[in-house]
Amino acid sequence: MEKFTIHQGVAAPMLQINIDTDAIIPSREMKLVSKQGLGEGLFAGWRYTLPNGREPNPEFVLNQPQYSRTSILLAGDNFGCGSSREHAVWALKEYGIKAVIAPGFGSIFYHNCIRNGILPVVLENQQVLMLAKHVQQDPQNHQLNINLLESYVSAVSLNDNLEIQRFEFTILAAQQAMLLEGLDGIALTLKSQSKIETFKECYQAQYPWLT
Amino acid sequence: MQRTLFEKIWQRHLVTELDDGAALIYIDRVFLHERTGSIALKSLQADGRAVVSPEHVFCTMDHIVDTVIGRDDNTKVPSGKDFILATRQACVDANIKLFDVNDPQQGIVHVVSPELGIVQPGATLVCPDSHTCSQGALGALAWGIGSSEAEHALATKTLRVSKPKTMKVNFNGELGFGVSAKDMILHLIGAYGAAGGAGYVIEFSGSAVTDLEIEGRLTLCNMAVEFSAFTGLVAPDAKAIEYLQGREYSPKGELWDQAVNSWQTLFSDEQAEFDKIIDIDCADISPTITWGNSPQHACGVDSVVPEIHNSATENQVKAMSRAFEYMDLQPGTALKGLPIGAAFIGSCTNSRLSDLRLAAKVLKGRKVAAGINAICVPGSSTVKREAEAEGLDKIFIDAGFQWRESGCSMCFFAGGESFGYQQRVVTSTNRNFESRQGPETRSHLASPATVAASAIAGCIADVREYL
Repeated sequence: MEKFTIHQGVAAPMLQINIDTDAIIPSREMKLVSKQGLGEGLFAGWRYTLPNGREPNPEFVLNQPQYSRTSILLAGDNFGCGSSREHAVWALKEYGIKAVIAPGFGSIFYHNCIRNGILPVVLENQQVLMLAKHVQQDPQNHQLNINLLESYVSAVSLNDNLEIQRFEFTILAAQQAMLLEGLDGIALTLKSQSKIETFKECYQAQYPWLT
Repeated sequence: MQRTLFEKIWQRHLVTELDDGAALIYIDRVFLHERTGSIALKSLQADGRAVVSPEHVFCTMDHIVDTVIGRDDNTKVPSGKDFILATRQACVDANIKLFDVNDPQQGIVHVVSPELGIVQPGATLVCPDSHTCSQGALGALAWGIGSSEAEHALATKTLRVSKPKTMKVNFNGELGFGVSAKDMILHLIGAYGAAGGAGYVIEFSGSAVTDLEIEGRLTLCNMAVEFSAFTGLVAPDAKAIEYLQGREYSPKGELWDQAVNSWQTLFSDEQAEFDKIIDIDCADISPTITWGNSPQHACGVDSVVPEIHNSATENQVKAMSRAFEYMDLQPGTALKGLPIGAAFIGSCTNSRLSDLRLAAKVLKGRKVAAGINAICVPGSSTVKREAEAEGLDKIFIDAGFQWRESGCSMCFFAGGESFGYQQRVVTSTNRNFESRQGPETRSHLASPATVAASAIAGCIADVREYL
């Protein structure tokens, strides 16, 4: 898995609350028995003028020229709620999104991000709004810099090379390590194989109806 | 030490605390379906990894399979057949029990698992499907995961989990006339928001939960994910034990006695502490329906589309305004009497025998209003057979409903069959998200009884006038 340490890029605000995984990738866009081929379907219901079309809707934030090369989303609370479809994360990744910043996330979506090298950053609603105000002034030059090593997001201006604001965030050590090292969870767990085997023997003796 | 039900199940399955602060949790059962399971199995195979305990893994065809009578592997969902064929092959390769397209036990995963006794009290069960929380109704710790985590569970029989906080939701008192489990959970989400349960595992309790039959509890737990909870569960009681007795995968003989002894220890100790407690007075719950594009947009069927509250944040205002626009509704509009184009009874939320019986009670001797597309999709092939044995199919058909084969069907639009463009639908499903049931379809979530009453009326109706 790709490592995440520090990322700086254009951020786009999508601030309404409860943006669900059906909105991120509609079911009708999940056409292949594959983790690939999903980027085009990202936000399809909002991004294109017609449900099955591909003509860009000029009003949708990611279609606006000032938000070209967006790699960070600024979202409202409960982003990624709903369906467990990991396709939502695969679609974001294929589109080029490296991080999503929101006051809260759908639980399954959050874990899917961690498993795929996308950083979900939890900040206070007010902080997200302040970052949105910063980027909206001049999205290509008012970028965000996210440092996972030191767990902070800063609002930067490329024009004068200034850091304007900085917000610290918290992330569980387990999840931080996964992303920083780009770890494969299965390989990591298989290092505890002998513990699993020992546990299994005891467990099976105690709960034989489940074995 | 006083422990919660969740803590007891967690401790039973704790393999080890990991250095990074997470826990390695032993997984008893994995369930898969053709939409996400096929990808997990294929990816695992590509990485050269094996399914370590295939005897504990089950798979069903529910998400993409057609629900028309006489169906086969062909689907209206474009490329749907690829998913079906890939799943079938992967299950053969990995030696996994599959409930295939026309298997008599086929059905929606969260309907099939309880009715076959695959999910059991105190067990851990995961599935790459968000509504896996439904199965907590039997006192299991069951939760939805992504495909990557499903691969992890299949390859290691464990998951790396950060321990959730605990919440208890007490439904006190008795349910009013015409009020069911669906109304309880919609009421909760309406009152506390779609993120109200974020970070928590929720134990549902209180007299109204004790009074619910297992099928009602499955409905209640089903929408824990719509509350953003890690999962939901109910302490297993005599009803749960009775429900499981004699089911195909339930323990038998001496093992049954051992299991029951163990299950009887699964409850939250009297002094156990929860991180949060919510009390709901059931006298406050009416038949409930959603008006917007989030499950939190729920209110009594006899009320009006709400105004934006003065204290709403900028983001909340954005979401409410979008909901009004999307649903083509104005604040102050009465929900009752709003004309509809379609009615749907089905999904892992409300497609079990008791749901169909209640809807049939409303439909008996009545006709669906002219022009309404009314569809009933039983939750499993078993439910369908049992309903037919009671003659429920005849009541649905006589009333003007389509009577289908089981599957997830039109709970979501996958590119095949759907409700009409911007059509207003009253539905017993769990998500009223934008375009969930069709292109810009306007979905109103409600109980199956409310759906039946609304189909008869041709508009959103108060089921209490039809019982």
